[in-house]
Amino acid sequence: MEITRRRLLVLLPAAAVAWKFVLAGTPEASPNYKLTEHWWSMLIDIPKCIGCGSCVRACAQENDVPDGFYRTWVERYRVTDWKIERPEVESPDGGKLGFPPNQSDGKNFFVPKLCNQCADSPCTQVCPVGATFVTPDGVVLVDKTYCLGCRYCVQACPYGCRFINPKTNTAEKCSLCYHRITKGLTTACCEVCPTGARQLADLKNPKDPIHEFLKTHTVQVLKPHMATQAKVFYNGMDGSVR
Amino acid sequence: MVIAIAVTVFAALRTALVPRSFGQYGHYRGAAIAETAARPIAFAGHDVCEACHTEVVDQKKQGKHVVVPCEACHGALAKHADDPASVKPPKLDTAVLCARCHEANSAKPKGFPQVVTADHSGGIACDSCHQPHRPKIEDSPAKPATEARK
Amino acid sequence: MYPNEVELQWSILIVLYPFITGLVAGAFILASLERVFRVEAVKPTYRLALLTALSFLLVAPLPLQLHLGHPERSLEMYMTPHRSSAMAMFGFVYLWYLMAVLLLEVWLDYRRDIVVKSKTATGVSRFIYRLLTLGSDNISPRSLRIDDRLGYFITLIGIPSAFLLHGYVGFIFGSVKANPWWSSPLMPIVFIFSAMVSGIAAVMLLYMASSRLRGKPIDIRCLDKIAQYLMYIFIIDFSLEMLDLLQRIYEADESFRSLDFMVHTRLWTSQVIIQILLGTVTPIALLGLTQLVKFTEVVRKRIYAVAGCLTVIGIFAMRWNVVIGGQLFSKSFLGYTSYKMAFATREGLLTAIILMILPFGILWMLVKLLPPWTDSGSIPASAAAPAQATS
Repeated sequence: MEITRRRLLVLLPAAAVAWKFVLAGTPEASPNYKLTEHWWSMLIDIPKCIGCGSCVRACAQENDVPDGFYRTWVERYRVTDWKIERPEVESPDGGKLGFPPNQSDGKNFFVPKLCNQCADSPCTQVCPVGATFVTPDGVVLVDKTYCLGCRYCVQACPYGCRFINPKTNTAEKCSLCYHRITKGLTTACCEVCPTGARQLADLKNPKDPIHEFLKTHTVQVLKPHMATQAKVFYNGMDGSVR
Repeated sequence: MVIAIAVTVFAALRTALVPRSFGQYGHYRGAAIAETAARPIAFAGHDVCEACHTEVVDQKKQGKHVVVPCEACHGALAKHADDPASVKPPKLDTAVLCARCHEANSAKPKGFPQVVTADHSGGIACDSCHQPHRPKIEDSPAKPATEARK
Repeated sequence: MYPNEVELQWSILIVLYPFITGLVAGAFILASLERVFRVEAVKPTYRLALLTALSFLLVAPLPLQLHLGHPERSLEMYMTPHRSSAMAMFGFVYLWYLMAVLLLEVWLDYRRDIVVKSKTATGVSRFIYRLLTLGSDNISPRSLRIDDRLGYFITLIGIPSAFLLHGYVGFIFGSVKANPWWSSPLMPIVFIFSAMVSGIAAVMLLYMASSRLRGKPIDIRCLDKIAQYLMYIFIIDFSLEMLDLLQRIYEADESFRSLDFMVHTRLWTSQVIIQILLGTVTPIALLGLTQLVKFTEVVRKRIYAVAGCLTVIGIFAMRWNVVIGGQLFSKSFLGYTSYKMAFATREGLLTAIILMILPFGILWMLVKLLPPWTDSGSIPASAAAPAQATS
């Protein structure tokens, strides 16, 4: 669409009105929370994860996640020698009850996974009705009163973090405990992590430790070739992580 | 003519059916943000626990478990924090609970304290010897073995 | 497998959906061969192809509705369509094709017969025919000529619309970057050509079956022409699919090892045996044989019937392999799951069977209402104005 002067004259006031809505946007449940002051992300420190599964259990409890489905889960990797592209991975019940005792050779580590809260999210792109969306503060949510249950978003997520809740027949996924972070709490998974491997971060907060961390550590995101602008950052992640 | 009728019907339907807050922030129902934020909370957060249980905080400060949040072991306790008198936290089975973190597993970081519980304790409850809030045995002698549970 | 991937998201109903819309698009293209490209030989199947397309298009939304978690909310797709979503835009493509193309074309082509029948029929059917006239009972030569021009114009728009209809389904799969089995620019093209193949084969089979049922002779010239077009389009379709396969094997990117294993194990029967060998190579060979060797009419008819059946089965297998196959492997490329198809549930095999039988039921009713035959008293519109200059 060509930006002619006439169009601009019409568009600018309309945009200003829309932005006013966004600026004024405060989820009624937490009146001091301003949508435009936050841009949520998470930092996962892989060398610290002990695979205890506390995060998986806490999430299930906090968010009523049905059995057999996972808003977050932990994977255990075993990489032998140079075979970085062919790791052995297991995730028994998503790691909910921890992992069985194990002594194996090779390089072993745990990787917690969750919705990457992509800024350029493919799941919101394909939703036919606008039931899943990115909030102005960077969290990808699902409106379960609007979702049709067509499952297109589940197919479109490269990370496998979405599922259909059999009780509501709508799509569901990690909401970054939106109901907690808008009240100044941290997410359930970060709250219970005994080693601090999972940390909630607010990229718009200049005092958040994540800025310094990202500057001084080697950090990756999952599947960067998918260009989803994922906002979950993994410190010390091995190249074998899929 | 038919097209005009169809368009009018469509427009009327749309006004009636599309939720009011749709399009407020983007192509979605703006009210959904507030609805999502209004979910009840299950985990109180360790700050809330520490406000009352100061003696445990002091104990934890002397050991390695200072970094372990209360609800990591004690479970979701927002209900207890709201009404401490009537909602009691459940008793924990340390034989199962502690192993989740401390059972030896080659994927755990090398420096992390881990044991093969079968060899280490033969399966008895960990708090027979360890005090969970200050786990190092030398620091705090544990309860007598008679209280050990299988 | 990522823990949430174990259960398949899209079931056999979603396999049925591209199959059905494919038959629609293909049947319409066959009809357009006569109307726009003036291939006289296939005229006997013109109306049958249109009615077939209509019957299947009416059933097409049903598998989708049955699959949705909340079918009662499906109107949201029309009220608040998300413009970046291929699925949302497809709702409008479907609506356009149904209303503006297919229904209008069928109505225009049959209008003369409908008007005649509305005056001559009795009882309930007379009422139905009067309803179908939509108030217009002008069948003067001039208005019939307008019908003809309009019909031509609509078929002209209808051809790209048919391509859009099924190409869009291909795009719905082809645009999912997360799934390497689906993500390909070739996907809409392959879908279109396999749709044409299945539609043409289906109309050919229906023509043979209905002629047999009515005890009327089959126009062998018509059949030969259809079979010829079927073969040519099939060759293009096969080339496209093989091109995709060969490129994948040669480039062998990150997903290849996982997909290759999947094809060799879980998809061996449905892809290699049914889709490729039985469903593509055999029909092409059979049809090619009829072009090279002069068989008798009887033998040719038998070969066409066999080739037609194998084709339709093969294209169904192709839809199965795309939809189900795309969900059998993990997006981590490190694991596989399996499809446990139920029988008598909302998305089970029984439902699929019923949904496949339903269009034939509708077709049967349509054929009774609007007979497509030229040898039982009703005169097709294109022959209604013999004295007019054809244009």
